[in-house]
Amino acid sequence: MLQDILVTGLVNSGVYALLAIGFSLIFGVARIVNIAHTAFYMLAAYCFYALLTKTGLGFALSGVIAVAAVTALSVVCYRLVIEPVREHESAVLIATIALALIFQELMLYSFGGNYLGIPSTLEGVVRVLGVSIPYQRLLILVVAAVMLAATWFFLYRTRLGLAIRATANDLEVANLMGMNVHRVAMASVAASVALAAVAGVVVAPVFVVDPFMWLAPLVTMLAIVVLGGLGSLKGSLIGALIIGYVEAITVFALPGGAYLKGAVALGIMVAVLLVRPEGLFGVAFEEER
Amino acid sequence: MYWLRRAWAELRDEVFVLPSRTLALVWALGLLLLPLVYDDPYVLRILTMTCLFAIFAASWDLLAGYTGQVNFGHALFFGAGAYTSALLSLRLGITPWITIWAGAAVALLFGYLAGYLCLRLRGSYLSLATLAFPLIALGLLFAFPEFSGGELGISGLRRLANGPTPNYYIAAVSMLAIVLGLWQLADSRFGIVLHAIRDDEVAARASGINTLRYKLAVFALSAAAAGFSGALFAHYLRVAGPSTLEVALSFQVVIWGIFGGVATIYGPVVAVFILYPLTEWLGSFRSFGELRLLIFAVIVLLVLLFMPRGLTPWLRDKLETACPRCKQRNRAWRSVCRLCGAPLSGADAKIKPA
Repeated sequence: MLQDILVTGLVNSGVYALLAIGFSLIFGVARIVNIAHTAFYMLAAYCFYALLTKTGLGFALSGVIAVAAVTALSVVCYRLVIEPVREHESAVLIATIALALIFQELMLYSFGGNYLGIPSTLEGVVRVLGVSIPYQRLLILVVAAVMLAATWFFLYRTRLGLAIRATANDLEVANLMGMNVHRVAMASVAASVALAAVAGVVVAPVFVVDPFMWLAPLVTMLAIVVLGGLGSLKGSLIGALIIGYVEAITVFALPGGAYLKGAVALGIMVAVLLVRPEGLFGVAFEEER
Repeated sequence: MYWLRRAWAELRDEVFVLPSRTLALVWALGLLLLPLVYDDPYVLRILTMTCLFAIFAASWDLLAGYTGQVNFGHALFFGAGAYTSALLSLRLGITPWITIWAGAAVALLFGYLAGYLCLRLRGSYLSLATLAFPLIALGLLFAFPEFSGGELGISGLRRLANGPTPNYYIAAVSMLAIVLGLWQLADSRFGIVLHAIRDDEVAARASGINTLRYKLAVFALSAAAAGFSGALFAHYLRVAGPSTLEVALSFQVVIWGIFGGVATIYGPVVAVFILYPLTEWLGSFRSFGELRLLIFAVIVLLVLLFMPRGLTPWLRDKLETACPRCKQRNRAWRSVCRLCGAPLSGADAKIKPA
């Protein structure tokens, strides 16, 4: 059982980390609470499914096309829907909720509400420490690790990454230094949705695909981001590990754990917030005005 | 006769001078008189639900709009009211007329607790943390199905009254009373303090306002109103199920609130009265039935693109202008202020009201 917990926790943490870091990035740079973030994850899973079953493209090609298409869609949505109402925080908030609902209903309409299964991209299992891990889950872990490393490289070793970090730090000063903050915000939206889309593509063969699959990870993701500190990438990563393992332990160790896993994870988030209101790695702002 | 003339003078000088007040009066009277002229059970059913959700949306606005504590988990209070009232009336056999008050009381307690937990949080942290509360409650309900009914909820509740018309009146009268109460409260000194807390909490505290006490009071009050509507809702539908705690309901109330315009009380009510019947009406078409949530979301999105502050503030600015000298509101088509005689049209009168 211990090995089960270790492996499941690690795999779930990888997926959560991909989602949470993207969300954190958008929030940090553009101060957008993007409720539609996991809806893009759901869209990527559907896109992958459609390409795979309808067109007969290979796994790798379908995955890449799905991620690219969803990322392009996110930029279009940002330009058309979010940017015109950027000054009104509450309007942005419900614009993203409405977007998520629109995506959900479109998928419900075109694919139906059934659970869709995608055949495993990789067959076979590997045995580590006496636990058999399907290659598919290993793939999730590898992809998550690669994407996280790529994100780190992008943010800390490229000029655009530097611009993104500068904008996240102080939007006005970054603007005065001659950065095009609108374009930076758009780049970070694209990067963060790309991370979510990758997560959607890799989990699609393991989880089932349905139009409501964005709700459960949304809540977990928000818990992780708040736990780690809004806008802090390191916090999101560590928060993802904590929540991933807490969920795994609850499911395997408690009776009725499957129902309680969300409650326990959210309870931990609330407990941390009581002690540190700005999350584990968040910066305490002295009253933003 | 004197009182009649007095009332007429009041009406003419205070209500009919402003289109918004006239509309509010017409709407309230229309709600009360509707069943006398048109008592189609289907229409009454939709309007009953609309009234219940209007209470819910208005209570959210007091907390999120006025005080700035943007609550993403308002369904917690709705569900608390619904489940408390349902359990008490079904397990202990108490009449629903008493248990709905118990539901509101328990919701008030939940509101106090949630407010207490959220005292140190602000902004987005608060929104995202509050989102968690109803989900924790939902997890606990599912973990103890023999107590809570699990996925199916608690069904077979007694109604408050029989027949569509009495039920409609219960909902409509409670809605009018609660919304009017919240509106009065928000316009009073208490409401001004809430505005201050939202705009600048540090400054409010520096002015000697015990902001913690005010925030707790607002959480409790808003939760009590939401719990009351939840309890009424449970007894009207005769079932208290997990849907009263879902994320979807929490998001729905956020959409209503922001669509109508926050910090107005009447804004969310107007939004519910437009959006809820609209979605029901769209659902009645066979071909549109599947698309109704889609159409709903698209409408919300389009309205927001053109009126980012919400529907009612936009409408009010079209119908009325504020006098540049005395700040009183006037019909948009008047040329001089009705109270101080200052000219309303012209370059200097175009200043946006605060």
